[in-house]
Amino acid sequence: MNDNKTHSQNAEEFLKDRERAHWHDETLWFVRAKRDKAAHNIPEWEALRDAASRIKEHTLSRLDEYLIQFEEKAKANGVQVHWANDAEEHNQIVRDILQKHNAKNVVKSKSMLTEECGLNFYLRDQGINVVDTDLGEYIVQLRNEHPSHIVLPAIHLKKEDVSNTFHEHIGTEKGNKDEVYLTRSARKVLRQKFLSADAAITGVNFAIAETGGIVVCTNEGNADLGVHANKVHIACTGFEKIIPKAEHLSIFLRLLARSATGQPVTTYSSHFHRPGKGQEMHIVIVNNGRTNQLGREEFRGSLKCIRCAACFNTCPVYRRSGGHSYHTAIAGPIGSILAPNIDMKQFADLPFASTLCGSCSNVCPVKINIHEQLWSWRQKLMDEGYGGFAKKASMKVMAGVLGSPAVYKISGKLGRTAMRLMPFAVNNNLNPWYKGREMPEPPKESFREWYTKNKKA
Amino acid sequence: MSREKILNAIAKNKPAPLPLPEKFIVERTLVNLAEKFLDVLQGIGGKGRIVNDLTEVKNLLQEKRERGVEVVNCIKDLPGYNAGDYVSKTAAETQTVHTVFLKGVIAVAENAAIWVPESAAVNRILPFICQELVMVVDERDLVANMHEAYDLINVNEDGYGAFIAGPSKTADIEQSLVIGAHGPLKLDVFVVRS
Repeated sequence: MNDNKTHSQNAEEFLKDRERAHWHDETLWFVRAKRDKAAHNIPEWEALRDAASRIKEHTLSRLDEYLIQFEEKAKANGVQVHWANDAEEHNQIVRDILQKHNAKNVVKSKSMLTEECGLNFYLRDQGINVVDTDLGEYIVQLRNEHPSHIVLPAIHLKKEDVSNTFHEHIGTEKGNKDEVYLTRSARKVLRQKFLSADAAITGVNFAIAETGGIVVCTNEGNADLGVHANKVHIACTGFEKIIPKAEHLSIFLRLLARSATGQPVTTYSSHFHRPGKGQEMHIVIVNNGRTNQLGREEFRGSLKCIRCAACFNTCPVYRRSGGHSYHTAIAGPIGSILAPNIDMKQFADLPFASTLCGSCSNVCPVKINIHEQLWSWRQKLMDEGYGGFAKKASMKVMAGVLGSPAVYKISGKLGRTAMRLMPFAVNNNLNPWYKGREMPEPPKESFREWYTKNKKA
Repeated sequence: MSREKILNAIAKNKPAPLPLPEKFIVERTLVNLAEKFLDVLQGIGGKGRIVNDLTEVKNLLQEKRERGVEVVNCIKDLPGYNAGDYVSKTAAETQTVHTVFLKGVIAVAENAAIWVPESAAVNRILPFICQELVMVVDERDLVANMHEAYDLINVNEDGYGAFIAGPSKTADIEQSLVIGAHGPLKLDVFVVRS
């Protein structure tokens, strides 16, 4: 991830390795196909999406009440509840809890919120060592990288990369690329980490207002091993993870894994209500700009997101540019809506990293109108002056051409003639539309010319 | 206080009240729940079979014991219930456990998930730290889908509970599925005819 470059500049880097970029594209499409198969097996799929969307919309409309209810129930369950208005405060709260217990080694299961807040680096600077225990996250952490996908963190890597990384850091055989061997090797190392840590951090998939409990979903069992093996459990959650009732879990759990990977459900859906014997449990509720998004009418729907990443897997731009190109913790179409909310200037390029084809909105299990929100961000960013000079200049030319029938007619003719007489003028690497594809044969005449000629006959 | 700051900002920015949708109801179309359950379980890397009584489970338990591996039996109906010894053990003290036998409360046909509350597992770490997990469910405790499951369980009856569907798994290395990630490498389920 290069924070100083735009999505398109990073994507250009990513696409240099043609073969790998192609593999990335195909693999994510395969995951998307598995999602389709899983969804089509449920006759009531659309009704589930509709219910999920409406429950989330209702929850947003009474969010403060549900958060208060959640806090009250959680406290009654013996859980300590903390509130953080921004990333910095979230990190400090976590640090204070850890320091109180003199915790030096922490195991963490997947949490995009802690990625968003930069918790690992913050704690490292305070002398606290965090090990990411999800296999994909463990791999990218060893490589000093960030996850490139919120569900498949190491999807940008190939077996030989993992083999090399493990050889270097945990001493696996050089050149052994067998995935079972590599997974078992990490299992051995991480088992000792679970057992020798001082505290565990997890994310939260759902927080139940009615009961004050949280649900964490994993396939690997790493969240549970970490939490149950340690005296302190800190669960970090964005406030939008709240749902009103436990019965609503049935709807969300039916949708989540099917949308994410095509599995009927994740291996573990763990419900934490009260701390274990001799254990302390904390929940940190985080804002970090979410109240602003709630106040932006056209974008508040993005707070319905359950982080399944279906929109990533289906997106033609994500699949062909890789997660790191988005230079933000949450990449893909949904990340391109969330990031400008936090910093319009830094992430002004992201809403443009889309074809607006609408596939993201069609697969979204909570029916977020993702592509429409991306379009709205484009309007807003241009209005607020974050469009960038290049984009504005070409837009002006485009507006001039499209705004005048005479200029449009001449430009079309010139373009067609140029493509016929000098195909090299468009079939070259300076033209971004040529990359990865051949330009079509230009038609001999325009529709207008054809129509004028044929309407008499 | 950030709590007030956040709650006030939400109160100010939230949309106008929207109604909570009615309870989600779906007609049960599945006829043979056990068949569906076993089919899905196989698809997610677990092994399952229907049995008339606990004889086969007893044999498996006996076989494991004879092999000399550390077995924790949390099912009182099976001989040699020893889960009581593990209630207060720390995670480190349970790392040598090879196989855990436990009774699932509800089993869901659509996704092969089995509800395991803390009381059924005795110690929260046991279903995760063991190398192999064996679960027994009664056929009458099978339900068609997650809606029916949540109607029957109380998520907060125990301090902790989990739906467990299959053995632990990962596909984080080049999307190649590996059964056995951090949790158990194997899951056996016995559905006992009612």
